[in-house]
Amino acid sequence: MITSNRMQESGVWTAARSRRKLDMTRIISFILLIMITLLMLMPLIFMVTTSFKSQRETMQYPPTLFPDSLQFSNYMDIFSRLQFGTMYQNSLMIAVITVLATLLSSSLVAYGFARFRGKGRNLMFMLLLSTMMLPYPAIMIPQFVLFSKLGWVDTFLPLIVPAFFGSAYNIFLLRQFFANLPEELFDAGRMDGCTEIGMYWKIALPLSGAAMATIAIFSFIYSWNDLLTPVLYLNSADKFTLPVGMASLTSSKFRVAPWHLLMVASVLALLPIVVLFILAQKRFVEGIVLTGIK
Amino acid sequence: MYAFISPWVIGFTVFALFPILASLYYSFTDYDIIHSPKWVGLGNYREMFADDLYWNSVMVTLKYTFISVPLQLLLAMGFALLLNQKLPFKGFFRTAMYFPSMVSGVAMSLLWYWVFNPQIGLFNYMLSWFGVKGPAWLMDPNTALYSLIIMSFWGVGGAMIIFLAGLQGVPTSLLEAARLDGAGKLSIFWHVTLPMISPVLLFQLILGVIESFQVFTQAFVMTHGGPSYSTWFYVYGLYTSAFKEYRAGYSSAMAWVLLIVVLIVTYIIMKLSNRYVYYEGGKSR
Repeated sequence: MITSNRMQESGVWTAARSRRKLDMTRIISFILLIMITLLMLMPLIFMVTTSFKSQRETMQYPPTLFPDSLQFSNYMDIFSRLQFGTMYQNSLMIAVITVLATLLSSSLVAYGFARFRGKGRNLMFMLLLSTMMLPYPAIMIPQFVLFSKLGWVDTFLPLIVPAFFGSAYNIFLLRQFFANLPEELFDAGRMDGCTEIGMYWKIALPLSGAAMATIAIFSFIYSWNDLLTPVLYLNSADKFTLPVGMASLTSSKFRVAPWHLLMVASVLALLPIVVLFILAQKRFVEGIVLTGIK
Repeated sequence: MYAFISPWVIGFTVFALFPILASLYYSFTDYDIIHSPKWVGLGNYREMFADDLYWNSVMVTLKYTFISVPLQLLLAMGFALLLNQKLPFKGFFRTAMYFPSMVSGVAMSLLWYWVFNPQIGLFNYMLSWFGVKGPAWLMDPNTALYSLIIMSFWGVGGAMIIFLAGLQGVPTSLLEAARLDGAGKLSIFWHVTLPMISPVLLFQLILGVIESFQVFTQAFVMTHGGPSYSTWFYVYGLYTSAFKEYRAGYSSAMAWVLLIVVLIVTYIIMKLSNRYVYYEGGKSR
C-alpha cells in the first residue's frame, strides 16, 4: 500500500502511466474514427458504384458493392434521356455569375462599412447583421410577386440579380478582413493620389485573396445546391437547374425509380464540388475557420 | 461611403425590408398572386390556429428540431474532439467526415431515399447482418421523421469543422496549467475547453435551430410530407399552400409566425448565453 502510494507520487511513475493511458485513448480514438469515417463514406461509395450498375442489378437484394460489369453507358444515357446537359449548363452559368456578382458587390459594400465613419453606419451594420437571421420563407412570397410583376418568372434573373446587391454573411466577413488591414497602406495610397475606389481596387482587393476565395467557394456551392428558389421560378424543363431536374426525376414519371441514373446524376452533381475542394482544400479549411460558416 | 454601400442599401430595401412589410400586409388578405389581395383582417391567422394540419406541421418541425439539433451538435463536438488529437491520417479523416455536408440537399435526398428503401436499401441490409429486420423507414408514418433525423447526422461535418477550429483556438497554456493543477481529462474539458468554445457552440445552436425550422428539401424530394403527414414540415406546408393551392395570404401569415418565432428563439438563446457563454477577455460580439 505504502510503497504503491509512494510510487504513484514519484514523477516518473505518473508520467509513464499517463503516457500509457494516453496511448490507449489514442488507439481507441483512432479505431472510432475509422468506423465513423466508414459509415460516413458508405453512402457515397455506394453512390459511385451504383452509378455503374445496370438497372437490373440495382434491384437486386442483397445490394452488391461492386457492379458485375461496369456500365459506362449510364453516363451517356443520362445526357440523352433527361436534358441533363442543359441542366448542367444552366446550373453552371447561374453559379458562375452569382459568384462573380457576389464577390464584386459584397467586397464593395464591405469596403464601405470598413473604411468610413459616416452617419448611421452602426445602425445600418446592425440591420445588415439582423438580415443574417432572416428566414428565406418569410420573404419569398413578396419576392415572388415582385419578380412575377417584372415578368421574370421562368427566367434566370430571380436567381442571379439579388447577388448583385451583396449578401450579409459575405459582407460581414470581408468587413472584418478590411478593417484589419493596416491604416498605413491606405495613407500611402492617399499620398500617391489614389482615389477611394482606386484604393479599394488596388490595395484592399489584392490583399484579400484568401477571404475572396472562401466566399467564391461557398457562394458557388450555395448556388449550385439551391433548390427552393429555382423550384419557385423555373417552370420549363429546358430552364431547370440540376437540383430541380434531379428532384423531378423522383416524380411519377417513372414507374420504377431508375436508381442507376439517379446515382449518375448525383455523382455528376457532386463533381464540380469535388474539383473545387481538391483545388482549394487548404484554403477551404482555412476559410471555414475564418468565417465560421458552412 | 454611401456610394460603396448603396448596393446593399438598395438590396436590403428591395429584397428584405419591402418583402417583410408586404408579407405582413398579405397575411391579412386573401391573395392568389394573380388577382389583387382582398383584406380579411385576422382571418388567415384565425383559420391557421384552428387548423389541425397547421399544428401538425408545427409539431413535426419542433420534434425534428428538438431531437436532431442537440444530437447533431453532440456528434459534431464528439467528432471534433476525436480529431483534435495527434493521430495519423488526421487530414484524411477530417476531409472524409466533412465531405458529405457539401453534397447537395437533392443528391443527398435521392441517395438516402435509396439507403432507406425497405427492400433493397443499404440500411436494412446492414441491419440484417445483425439479424435485425429493419422497419419500413420512410414508408412508415411512425419512423419517417426519425429516418430524416438519422439522415441529418450525415451532414454534421460542417459543424464539426467549426468546432475543430474552436478547439484549436483554445490556448495550450491554459490546458497545460489545468493539467499541472492535477485536473483530469474530463474536468479539463468541463472547466476549460467547454467554456472556451461556448461561443462556437452558441453560434452553431442558433444556426442549427434556424436551419431546421426551414427544412424543405427532404420533404420536397423524399416524402412529399407523408406518409400521413408525418413529415409535413412547416416550410413545406407554407410552400404548398402558397404555390400549390395559391393561398399566398394564408402562407404569408405562416411566414410571419415563423419570422417572429425565429426572432424570439434567437433572442432567448442570446439572453441565456450572457449567463453561460464565456467570451475571452470579456469582449462581446
